[in-house]
Amino acid sequence: MTTRRESVPASIPAVRRGDALDVSGLPSYGFRHRSLMWWGNAGMIAIEGVAFGFMIVIYFYLRSIAKTWPDDGAVPDLLWGTINLGLILVSALPNWYTGKAALDRDVIKVRWGLIASSIIGTALAVIRWLEFTALNSRWDEGAYGSAVWVLLGVHTFNLVTDYFDTIVLAAVTFVKPLEGKRFVDIAENCGYWWFVIISWLPIYAVVYWAERF
Amino acid sequence: MSGPKHDGACDAATARALEETWTNKPGLPGWLESNNHKVIGRRFIVTAFAFFTAAGIMGGLMRHQLATPNSTLLGPDFYNQLFSTHGTTMMFLFAVPMMQGFSVYLVPLMVGTRNTAFPRMTACAYWLYLMGGLLLLGAFLCNTGVDAGWFEYVPLAGPQFGIGKRADFWNMVVTFSEATGLMVAVDITTVILKTRAPGMTLSRMPLFVWASLVTSLMIIFAMPMVMLAANLVQFDRMLGTHFFNPAEGGDALLWQHLFWFFGHPEVYFIFIPGLGFISAIIPTFARQPMFGHDAIVLSLIATGFLSFGLWVHHMFATNVPELGKSFFTAMSFMIAIPTALQIFCWIATLWMGRINLRTPMLFVLGFFFVLMIGGLTGIMLGSVPLDLQLHDTMFVVAHLHYVLLGGAVFPLFAAIYYWFPKVTGRMLSERLGRWQFALFFIGVNTTFFPLHLLGLAGMTRRVYTYGAETGWGPLNMVATVGQVINDVSMFLFVLNVGWTLFKGKAAGNDPWGAGTLEWSVPSPPPAYNFLALPVVSSREPLWSPRGDEPTHVSGLSTRIREGLVTTVLDALPDTRYAYPNPEIWPFIAAVGVTGWLVWSIWSVPGFVWGMIPPGLAFIAWYWPNRKEAAAEVAWEKEP
Repeated sequence: MTTRRESVPASIPAVRRGDALDVSGLPSYGFRHRSLMWWGNAGMIAIEGVAFGFMIVIYFYLRSIAKTWPDDGAVPDLLWGTINLGLILVSALPNWYTGKAALDRDVIKVRWGLIASSIIGTALAVIRWLEFTALNSRWDEGAYGSAVWVLLGVHTFNLVTDYFDTIVLAAVTFVKPLEGKRFVDIAENCGYWWFVIISWLPIYAVVYWAERF
Repeated sequence: MSGPKHDGACDAATARALEETWTNKPGLPGWLESNNHKVIGRRFIVTAFAFFTAAGIMGGLMRHQLATPNSTLLGPDFYNQLFSTHGTTMMFLFAVPMMQGFSVYLVPLMVGTRNTAFPRMTACAYWLYLMGGLLLLGAFLCNTGVDAGWFEYVPLAGPQFGIGKRADFWNMVVTFSEATGLMVAVDITTVILKTRAPGMTLSRMPLFVWASLVTSLMIIFAMPMVMLAANLVQFDRMLGTHFFNPAEGGDALLWQHLFWFFGHPEVYFIFIPGLGFISAIIPTFARQPMFGHDAIVLSLIATGFLSFGLWVHHMFATNVPELGKSFFTAMSFMIAIPTALQIFCWIATLWMGRINLRTPMLFVLGFFFVLMIGGLTGIMLGSVPLDLQLHDTMFVVAHLHYVLLGGAVFPLFAAIYYWFPKVTGRMLSERLGRWQFALFFIGVNTTFFPLHLLGLAGMTRRVYTYGAETGWGPLNMVATVGQVINDVSMFLFVLNVGWTLFKGKAAGNDPWGAGTLEWSVPSPPPAYNFLALPVVSSREPLWSPRGDEPTHVSGLSTRIREGLVTTVLDALPDTRYAYPNPEIWPFIAAVGVTGWLVWSIWSVPGFVWGMIPPGLAFIAWYWPNRKEAAAEVAWEKEP
């Protein structure tokens, strides 16, 4: 074994003993890209990112061939979507706090962070409902209505899924004993929420502003 | 030659402890709960072969219908369902799941680990695949088979013309099979990047593993498209949206773009693992490390990228801009370059080695010939003027069958003959194998070569009959005779497998004298794969003389299902990892998802409320088991 291969990034490296490479001193889990969960999460984000990206492409493809777009000239009201934008940006704070607390394996802070995220998630879900009522078009009126409803819908699906994940994780923190790997799951849930936040920015811009320019 | 060895610590007691830890519960619960990659991989392969057989029977029925002019064996509506279900089954339920099944079985053994990264997710993926496939065939048997082609073009599949529930089943089955494909792809990617044996740097990774990695990444970036598209057309049908309805601002051609953006890479999800099979088999039978290993890796990656730039060549007969067509013609020609490069590397390897002409190698040679013809007609069809002439004719049917049979099915049979001893511990009969190969080679060419000529003579695809005055009868009869020869060949294969399972010669660990890690373990491999995880210092660990490096990993628990996580580039040991125990929840979640999707075919509220049961199953799946959690807390070590 060369020196380079022995210089593992773990806090305690694998040790050579005779013909064997002893890994008993290695940690039983790791955070971020050291964990398998990070890679699984990254795969899911890639999959959903592709779907979101193409939904935006579909929107502009249909717009490029449309005679009238929006169908009757009515664009979505800005109020609820913009409130949601503000709130989702605010949700970054408890998300960041929870992620950091998970890395520190601080169960009390994690619990509070998850509860705060769940409360904001509830508000986001309710406001999202109001957003649908303010789109000023129906999904079955024409291609424009179909595109904005589905564009908002795919993001809602993600938002609601991660909202429920957050609630379940908050509940799990009350179960004893709590294994260390649950903190990895919580950190990854926070990672996914960053995707929910960041993906909202282009979708918000398309749904609410594309037809105002 | 030397394989990874174990020290005195790894004795019979270790094997017994590992066996106890890794073996499933007996009986039906253990069967439903299993998440061992070898069990799941075998299930994928056997199920995909069953779907292959069903789709093959459909192909045979179509060939018998077309054997003579004015045949009344089948009616036009049933014929529509036959060719659509045949194509959908072959592409979505046979080819991709078969290749992924091989990856699920082989990749953990090849990279030197004990299971896939997310074994419960893979188990759930299998159940979803099985249930989706049964739905498609069940619907077909109830006269609700898909009937607008395997690519379900709108407006035929839209709300206006796609009456009944036939297209809905296609949309649902595509959602099932793509969800399965994506789950397995994420899992395999993680296995490859994060759980390789220490020392297996990316440059030492076997070529089949490279092929699996490239395929999995392609799936992650292409399959979401067809899931999205299938759902959009389902929304058009179910909710009255207008994505594909030109009367309300939608666009029928949009469907073709969305489908083929996925559909062309789909061909390569099938073809690239086939290339991986060939690259695993040739060095063994040439008794020579692969010539141009790095060039082959780069070719696989290049093929993966280029395959995303070809989709419009399926749409040359539509009104896409002429300049765009030229671009896609150029891309279609360009993708031949990396494939040709690989073929030259294989020829060089064979040239330098001493060829051992066993059955797997015969199928490899068959692959060269059949794929070459398919590739050449592909170049013909990549040219816009010729494509306009030949579009939707039997020439295209001939081309796609040459490509898919040559690029995937010949390598697949090579792979089955090659790895069957590893999976079952028994050698398939060489004599029956040679007969099967000879009949299959003759059968495939007799069936599909005449279709080129029929296409040039103007016979279009998807016609259920034709008049005698066309003069197409004799060539169609020849093609049907070829189909019968294929049937005999498949019968011999099934006979060979059945005979071997009971009477076959014992294989031993490494019957072919191969060099990669899967051949270092017993055949069939034990539930835990490796007595001690290996440490790797070369591309063919079983062929290379050992240096001063460690040979194996020690210090992993035998009492819990423990494995090792390593770094992405250099495979340095990083953390230990506890694999999940078998659980029933992946199966229940798959049943719940099936219920949801079927419910949503008939009911819009079902689309919403149907999510609740699988949602609850997923929560139960995740919810901690106190006893297991206590054991894990006692075992774990913080980073």
